[in-house]
Amino acid sequence: MSAITINLISGRTIQQGVAMEGGKEKDKYRLACGIIEIDESDFKRLGVMKNTNVKVTSEFGSVVVKAIPATQGPHPGVAFIPMGPWANKVTSTETYSTGMPTFKGVPVTIEASPSEKVLNSVELVRAYCFGDN
Amino acid sequence: MSKCVTDVICPFCGTLCDDLIITTDDEGKKVTGVENACAIGAEKFLHSSDHAHRVTRPRKMQEDKSFKEISYDEAIEYTAQLLSKAKKPLMYGWSSTSCEAQSVGHEIAELCGAVVDNTAAVCHGTTLIALQNVGIPSCTLGEIKNRADRVVFWGCNPAHAHPRHMSRYSIFPRGYFTGKGSKQRKMIVVDPRCTDTSSIADIHLQVEQGYDYELLQALRAAVRGEPLSGDFIAGVPKERVIEAAETLKSGRFGVIFFGMGVTQSLGKDHNIDAAICLTKDLNDYTKFSIIAMRGHYNVTGSGQVLGWQFGFPYSVDLSRGFARYNPGETGTIEILKRQEADAVFVLGSDPGAHFPQQCVKEIAKLPSVAIDPHITPTTEICNVHVPVAFVGVEVGGNCYRMDNVPIESRKVVEPPEGMMTDQEFLSAVLKRVRELKAD
Repeated sequence: MSAITINLISGRTIQQGVAMEGGKEKDKYRLACGIIEIDESDFKRLGVMKNTNVKVTSEFGSVVVKAIPATQGPHPGVAFIPMGPWANKVTSTETYSTGMPTFKGVPVTIEASPSEKVLNSVELVRAYCFGDN
Repeated sequence: MSKCVTDVICPFCGTLCDDLIITTDDEGKKVTGVENACAIGAEKFLHSSDHAHRVTRPRKMQEDKSFKEISYDEAIEYTAQLLSKAKKPLMYGWSSTSCEAQSVGHEIAELCGAVVDNTAAVCHGTTLIALQNVGIPSCTLGEIKNRADRVVFWGCNPAHAHPRHMSRYSIFPRGYFTGKGSKQRKMIVVDPRCTDTSSIADIHLQVEQGYDYELLQALRAAVRGEPLSGDFIAGVPKERVIEAAETLKSGRFGVIFFGMGVTQSLGKDHNIDAAICLTKDLNDYTKFSIIAMRGHYNVTGSGQVLGWQFGFPYSVDLSRGFARYNPGETGTIEILKRQEADAVFVLGSDPGAHFPQQCVKEIAKLPSVAIDPHITPTTEICNVHVPVAFVGVEVGGNCYRMDNVPIESRKVVEPPEGMMTDQEFLSAVLKRVRELKAD
């Protein structure tokens, strides 16, 4: 197992949309968005089994999500987390004076973290805002 | 016996589908069926009528961060006091509510010297900057349906984000001059990933992520017949770029739809500048338009209402007693990063889920109110959560489609008993703010 560096983008998926409208506090939302889609070739570089929990880290923060094979690919060198608090834990706050954060194109490191749990959206945000992580 | 409501507007995305058929129980309280909607729209209607899982009264966060129910009157008083006392309150959201409610909110903002911003701040804000820079040759979705034979989706994935866009307007429908439907249209998708949208495209330009500006300018050169240097441009073979340029020029009516892939990637407003200039260039050869794929169902309406009331479409700072607009300075993200706001009011949006989390942490440190029918990460970190009726489901109101066409949404079911609407709550807060400011 090794850590890999990759370019992260985020965006909508239909599962994200349905889960969001069904209730962001529910597990369905975590299952739809607490994931990272990785290309087959990058999975080989990372050296972990599919559906393993991984820690994604950028200069802006880190988050634990489940690594799954790309559902819309191939896209070697690019990883995808559906839009939501998991992606935004590591996204760039840099706006380059436009007011718009750089949600797409964030260099991140991915490493296996099978013992850590993927938090649901409310747990994740409250832990970050009120807790110490 | 069930009731059937036809021609219902879907309050999910900027496509604002207006052909939904909703079946309710005979008392008009519960949605029992949704026809014609996409999976997301159907879920919105069905979830809203599941009253058992909804918060139906305001809640206030306690010392131990748990919530305790309060009355609407207490929530109105808390909100009015919060906004009246603050020096620079941030009033963010507005994209999932009606234009009527937005207008009342803006009046409060003016009285309190607030910053009013909508979700364009993290969505199509850079688009608005670009169209102020270079203008925008645009049209309506009806024209696309009836005329467009060249359709470009740049940095967007409507198969997932605007699920009925292609079937209602852009690719599959048979229009007046497009009688053969998709067979008559050439579809080009520009995306760094192979997506469900690109899988049905005639040409997929798999651009290297973050190099949209380079590809746009190369296309502009290719359209003019200028030579291109290098075998690959932004990760795309040169021949493919030339082929795409020729395809665009050969149409009778074309359109570029663009999304977050260009607005949020590096280059930002400059990417859109280039896309609009490409559209302008193509008009030397054929007829071309460009439309932003707006996300929230009424984010366009928020821009419209802010525009006609204050002159600017988002990031409007009223703290000096007059409207100022400079998104790189007055945008919500920038204000939170500089820790400049002293209170936060959120309505019709979920920054808790969709802002970079460092900015969310700033919201959690401030006195705050969140107005939202759902439980969201935002409502769970704000001091007071006020549940309201779903606009477009439990109360009607005016909304603007992504092509700036206003459409009146419809009420199909009753909200839970005693629940206020956005507009009622805001009107009550406005009345109280006026009293407080008069003192």
